[in-house]
Amino acid sequence: MKQPWGRRKDAVMVEKDTDLQKIRELIEIMKANDLLEVEIKHGDDRIFLKRCQPQPQQVGVPMVGPQLTSPTGLSSTGVSAPLGQPRAPRQEENLVEIKSPIVGTFYATPSPDSGPYVEVGSRVTPQTIVCVIEAMKVMNEIKAETGGTIVEVPVTNGQAVEYGQVLFRVRPD
Amino acid sequence: MFSRILIANRGEIALRIIRACHELGVEAVAVYSEADKDAPYLRLADEAICIGPPDCAESYLNIPRIISAAEISDVEAIHPGYGFLAENVHFAQICKDCGITFIGPPVEAMQLLGDKVQARKLARQVKVPVVDGSEGTIENESEALKLANQIGYPVIIKAAGGGGGRGMRVVHNDISLRSAFSAAHAEAEAAFGDGRVYLEKYILEPRHVEVQVLADNEGNALHFFERDCSIQRRHQKMIEESPCPALDKQTREELCEAALRMIKEANYVNAATVEFLLDKDKKFYFIEVNARIQVEHPITEMVTGHDLIKWQLKIASGHTIRISQKNIRRTGVAMECRINAEDPANNFSPCPGTITEYLPPGGPGVRVDTHVHQGWTVSTKYDSMIAKVIVHQKTRTEAIATMKRALREFVVEPIKTTIPACLDILSHNLFVKNKVDTGFVERNF
Repeated sequence: MKQPWGRRKDAVMVEKDTDLQKIRELIEIMKANDLLEVEIKHGDDRIFLKRCQPQPQQVGVPMVGPQLTSPTGLSSTGVSAPLGQPRAPRQEENLVEIKSPIVGTFYATPSPDSGPYVEVGSRVTPQTIVCVIEAMKVMNEIKAETGGTIVEVPVTNGQAVEYGQVLFRVRPD
Repeated sequence: MFSRILIANRGEIALRIIRACHELGVEAVAVYSEADKDAPYLRLADEAICIGPPDCAESYLNIPRIISAAEISDVEAIHPGYGFLAENVHFAQICKDCGITFIGPPVEAMQLLGDKVQARKLARQVKVPVVDGSEGTIENESEALKLANQIGYPVIIKAAGGGGGRGMRVVHNDISLRSAFSAAHAEAEAAFGDGRVYLEKYILEPRHVEVQVLADNEGNALHFFERDCSIQRRHQKMIEESPCPALDKQTREELCEAALRMIKEANYVNAATVEFLLDKDKKFYFIEVNARIQVEHPITEMVTGHDLIKWQLKIASGHTIRISQKNIRRTGVAMECRINAEDPANNFSPCPGTITEYLPPGGPGVRVDTHVHQGWTVSTKYDSMIAKVIVHQKTRTEAIATMKRALREFVVEPIKTTIPACLDILSHNLFVKNKVDTGFVERNF
């Protein structure tokens, strides 16, 4: 399924082929590194690219955009899923949000080389450390303070977060 | 010039600073508490970061959150505005330690002048007249009693650690001195974490006159003339004007020169206001230095044509003052009325609530500095000032007429405001004839 791209209203208009090629390269870099936003300023010129969050597969919901179908009639996007697949987390109600209690930089992993504290699908208890937020050179361990399963992580490693920003969404037990 | 700064404040002064930044090509990062999340000035900022819940201690006074916000938004400097952390030595020191420029005085100057007792000593050093009073702090009641009888009643007990009317008590005799001493001490401790008090002779019916100054980090200093802030209620200013209508040329020169001597002696950098009392014989006495930009700075901007916030940014980013004192000229008369969400008919009790109809005044000679708009909810968490109405005209008479016209046009519904109180003052014979002092409002209204 094609992923839609966002553009800010005041972004610079591209006029030349070379600019278009640079943008294509930027897009590839963003995809490869799982970046959500990129902004480049050069003098008075400015380019801002933003990726929307990829939507998970949904059974029974009409697909948007062109679809390629193979001769066998299966949609190229289709991984045939059994009926009764759970709906996308965004549409789920009663999710508990873990919000940032401070201002700082979000880190999903204890150190650059290790795996994340938690990820989508992880079970947490109120005492589980879910991430670290660095503020003024101090690493603050953030506890879940709720029990359940992580269904969404709307922030990325190294992202600046403000007070009250949603870090995780949890489906409570 | 900086490329990006953070504004550690809210409301009208945050908007004021955003405006100065944008005119200088500086990006402005705003911080906000959850109570201010819908403030439109946040949309004018280049970035806005939520730093906490409505409570000041958790947001606008929360140093770690503000510094974190400064770090993640990668700013070079912080403008503290007025109030909140503007005269907080600890905050200024932390900014310095974190490599962030504090847009204001150096820590040492702030510390020196923030201690009112030290400031008085400094004044004596540079032959700036001070009110007769204690050399240092008063340790106990008996010391206070002895000194009070020496100087002669009435006397005023003041907090060494801060101003703004807190920890102040006027005393007329020995009996009231006893209770006033402990009350002032307790209030000072609560307000500033510093219970030290000192004593001064209480000048009867003084005028409050202050001088705006600016200094760079090469020792150059300029004054931008004076403001008269005698129209006060419970030590809170209501109406300010520039120039002070009670000053003759000679006294004005001496006053402004005295302010410059204080600033230079303290090795001060950036904007400050030196406050004096003017007695009935036109003698002035140093009271204190406010080491920050002040609420009433716009009236000085109107009469001198200088943008004081831009000056602050320029000086903090390393520019030196290249103009001389004689280039600072004043024209006409400017006045400011502070409009608070308070009910004058009900002892000025606060009136929080949502403003459903808001029509600010305009037209020639009128400037309105505000963050408020139709639909704005005045919170109980922050001070009640909702707007400053500033006028500038050639003469005092015309300025009063314009101010009255502007205030009558100003619609703020349904909450009560101090607009009627300002109109009453502006129409009062004594105000018009310029026969006022700091006790005028409380005696006549």
